[in-house]
Amino acid sequence: MMRLYRGLLRLLPASFRAEYAGEMSAIFARRRRDASGPLEVAALWAATIADVVAAAVRVHLDVLGQDLRYAGRTLGRTPGFTATVIAVSALGIGATTAAFSVADHVLIRPLPFLEPHRLVKLWQDQSFRGYSRMELSAANFRDWERMSTSFEATAAFTGTSVNLVGEGEPERLDGVSGSHGLISVLGTPPLLGRSFGEAEDRPGASGTVVLSHRLWNRRFGADIGVLGRTVSLDGAPYEVIGVMPRGFHFPSRETDLWTTLRLGEADYEDRTDWRLRAVGRLKADVSLEQARAEMRLVAAQLERAHPRENARTGATVVRLRDEMNEQSRLLVLALFGAALCVLSIASTNLASLLLARALFRRKELAVRTALGAGRERLVRQLLTESLVLAAAGGVLGVLLASLATPLAARLVPHSLPIAEVPEADLRVLGFGALMTLTTGIGFGVMPAFRAFGRGSVAGLREGVREGIGGRREGVRSLLVLSEVTVSVVLLVCSGLLLRALWRVQAVDPGFRAEGILTLRTALPLPKYERTGRRQRFYDDVVSGVQSLPGVSAAAYVSFLPMVMRGGIWTVTLDGRPEDPGETSTASLRFVTPGFFETAAIPLRRGRDVGAGDTREKTFVAVVSESFVERHWPGQDPLGRRFLFAFQERTVVGVVGDIRVRGLEGTSEPQVYLPYQQVPDGGLPFYTPKDLLVRTTLQPETLVPAIRRIVAAADPEQAIANVRTLQDVVDEETAPRSVQVGVLGGFAGLALLLAGIGMHGLLAFTVSSRSQEFGVRIALGAGPRDVLGLVLRQGARLAAAGLVLGLSLAYAAGRGIEALLFGVSPRDAGTFLAAAVLVVAATLAGSLVPALRASRVDPLAAIRAE
Amino acid sequence: MEEERAEIESLLPLPLATFHVLLALAENDRHGYGIIQDVAASTGGELRLSAGTLYRSIQRMLEHGLVAEVRGRPVPGEEDERRRYYRITPFGSAVARAEARRLAGLVKLARRAGFAPGKA
Repeated sequence: MMRLYRGLLRLLPASFRAEYAGEMSAIFARRRRDASGPLEVAALWAATIADVVAAAVRVHLDVLGQDLRYAGRTLGRTPGFTATVIAVSALGIGATTAAFSVADHVLIRPLPFLEPHRLVKLWQDQSFRGYSRMELSAANFRDWERMSTSFEATAAFTGTSVNLVGEGEPERLDGVSGSHGLISVLGTPPLLGRSFGEAEDRPGASGTVVLSHRLWNRRFGADIGVLGRTVSLDGAPYEVIGVMPRGFHFPSRETDLWTTLRLGEADYEDRTDWRLRAVGRLKADVSLEQARAEMRLVAAQLERAHPRENARTGATVVRLRDEMNEQSRLLVLALFGAALCVLSIASTNLASLLLARALFRRKELAVRTALGAGRERLVRQLLTESLVLAAAGGVLGVLLASLATPLAARLVPHSLPIAEVPEADLRVLGFGALMTLTTGIGFGVMPAFRAFGRGSVAGLREGVREGIGGRREGVRSLLVLSEVTVSVVLLVCSGLLLRALWRVQAVDPGFRAEGILTLRTALPLPKYERTGRRQRFYDDVVSGVQSLPGVSAAAYVSFLPMVMRGGIWTVTLDGRPEDPGETSTASLRFVTPGFFETAAIPLRRGRDVGAGDTREKTFVAVVSESFVERHWPGQDPLGRRFLFAFQERTVVGVVGDIRVRGLEGTSEPQVYLPYQQVPDGGLPFYTPKDLLVRTTLQPETLVPAIRRIVAAADPEQAIANVRTLQDVVDEETAPRSVQVGVLGGFAGLALLLAGIGMHGLLAFTVSSRSQEFGVRIALGAGPRDVLGLVLRQGARLAAAGLVLGLSLAYAAGRGIEALLFGVSPRDAGTFLAAAVLVVAATLAGSLVPALRASRVDPLAAIRAE
Repeated sequence: MEEERAEIESLLPLPLATFHVLLALAENDRHGYGIIQDVAASTGGELRLSAGTLYRSIQRMLEHGLVAEVRGRPVPGEEDERRRYYRITPFGSAVARAEARRLAGLVKLARRAGFAPGKA
């Protein structure tokens, strides 16, 4: 009975128990004696339990309040220390929380669809040509859908770009037209209205459209009455049947509306018309591997049935979540790794600071112990203090993180159907709190226990040298050593990435981006189906723009380089048998005369396309040097013929190569065709739509005049994507720049913290060894000897950290090799620079304490003894 | 003097248990169980302090210096000499007086409003 009661009393803090447990037990014993009958005993127990629990809560709160007040007072007395600790923990927690919110968003969090782990993307695989994720033809998609059993449902879709006219300025919007089941495969119900029915996906069905939440808000003022209204997309009427909820992005966050594909029999004729993307939902009991195996069989069967069109064509099945390249994943992982490094450095610094403080306070603690404060009480007190510090740092850190997260959002890949900026939600806050708690406890407990590890009374003795030599200094040295190590790793990694960035930026795109304004006027069909009508528009706009003051050249092209990376066609040479596995390819672009001059792409031989290259004349082509290199090495290409995009084309000119697929990848050879030789109603995807204007003025100043010219040519025509070509090129390296910036910032921070850590350690050593230094000087040691003594201690730590850091950095460099764009992970210059920086920082940290040591006044120091 | 008044003011109003403990200690030093019994007797059994409430109050009162501990004072008739006895301090008496004044003032106000018997 009494044992039970004493057990109950364990809920109370030990200090309280030590004082009053005996008394309380005595009272309980009496009451127990007075109680008669089981009913009264039961009532007594119930009352007692309630009493002890209530008292325990109150007493714990009393203690907490007391400790908080005490912590506030002691921390307030040392504002410098307090501010440093809070700032350091804020930086560490902030960096990790920001990195976590990006990593969580991109890598961990399930996509915002129903049972997203069952969603996959389906691609055609022609790895022999370097494409493992290719779009499919309607015919292949239909066969895949029929022949496979792994999927609950599949849907095909393709990106479209449409002019929305009516209710304000004409506007260019990115949309998707897909199978009627596209939205239901994803499993997200519309916010308003409904998604597509089967009848709406048949050829000839009237148009229906589902709007994105963003478009509904921006363009329609979030009006519920939008349902049933008819809007004009590329001149055709579409009835609005639904609005998707906020946060629904598919296939990317730029998508503003969804329509149906309405494929007709004609669309199924050409099996090599690869233009559909596909998404599927795995059956609940089918694994990804099973689906892959089945699709391999399906693809093999189709290859046998269509040996020419489907030659060496497989199927790729990837989870929707993994639909990003290795580089994006690595960028995010590297960010997270770097943030953890910063947190670990920040934590070691905190531990070091608190440890030094705890040693410094040994006397105070010893006095309090001697006065009867229990050890548990003191540990609790110190812990409260470090938690107060960590909590202040945590709040500040989460604030910092919420400011920093949008900056890192450029690392969120476009290929995932998620928002660009991760939301700071409970998970992120929870992570921040967890980091705070870990920091606070981890680096509060250790110093607290160390502070009065052995014989607390020893602390009372006069002249006790605290924390020198022995284990305590050892621990602090170890902490500084690990700081040096981590900063070396961070410095080397950010150095390597910086070199890679420079290398990418130094890549010649093949055109000159400076001083070029670009904008898009995508001409809608069927209004502009006829080539003649399009030609009038181009002529009006190009001649109008060219006559503007400050404009030296202007031209239209199908797509800007680096923006549109596809548009690849097979090339067939006259007189050579076609080997289906070895087809060569080139990118197809239609241009108006003057494109090469405008983009400053050098014309090597022959001529530009001209106004005379009409459909009645010979079909001509301007090709890039690599095209010549591949097909007619060492021969005169002019006048040669090849089969491309349904027609035989004759080479009339050769131009320099450009980086169609961006600065980092390799690009196919390029073929440019004259804009007047686009067939009527054919190849609508490739009709020129991007205008390039070379100017000596500020490019943006031209926009109003160009708008007027376009409006004069066609008042209903929308203008979209106004930007400079330089912006396009910069966009290429933006994720890298952000990465280098963030990592470089982290490395700088780490270096600073390591320097501070070194300074703290040596300053502490010097102040506690001043007597020894005094004696040494009195015995004839010169200031330089003492200076050397301290510097050597710093140098030993720095050297050890450097060796460890450089080897870890090599391993880390290998880990991010895919990001290095050919820079060796052993790059000597980077390693050397990192080493020099670290040595400089640690030296700077050591110098002040060393100088102080050399200036110790021997008399004063010895007298103090 | 000024300082002490401020300190007293900061403790008012006293928690009910605290005030009763001070009242119980007004005449004699008592141990915990004695306090419980005295409070029960003087309130006609209406207020029965529990052990937890009592000792939490006592701990806070010790911290604030309202009471002091008197160790092992033998009392005739009490066999357990390990008992802890508590004695009211001069500061504790001052606080109790201040609380009583505060309560008297309140009662006066209540009378004036007709909520309590007696002359306003």
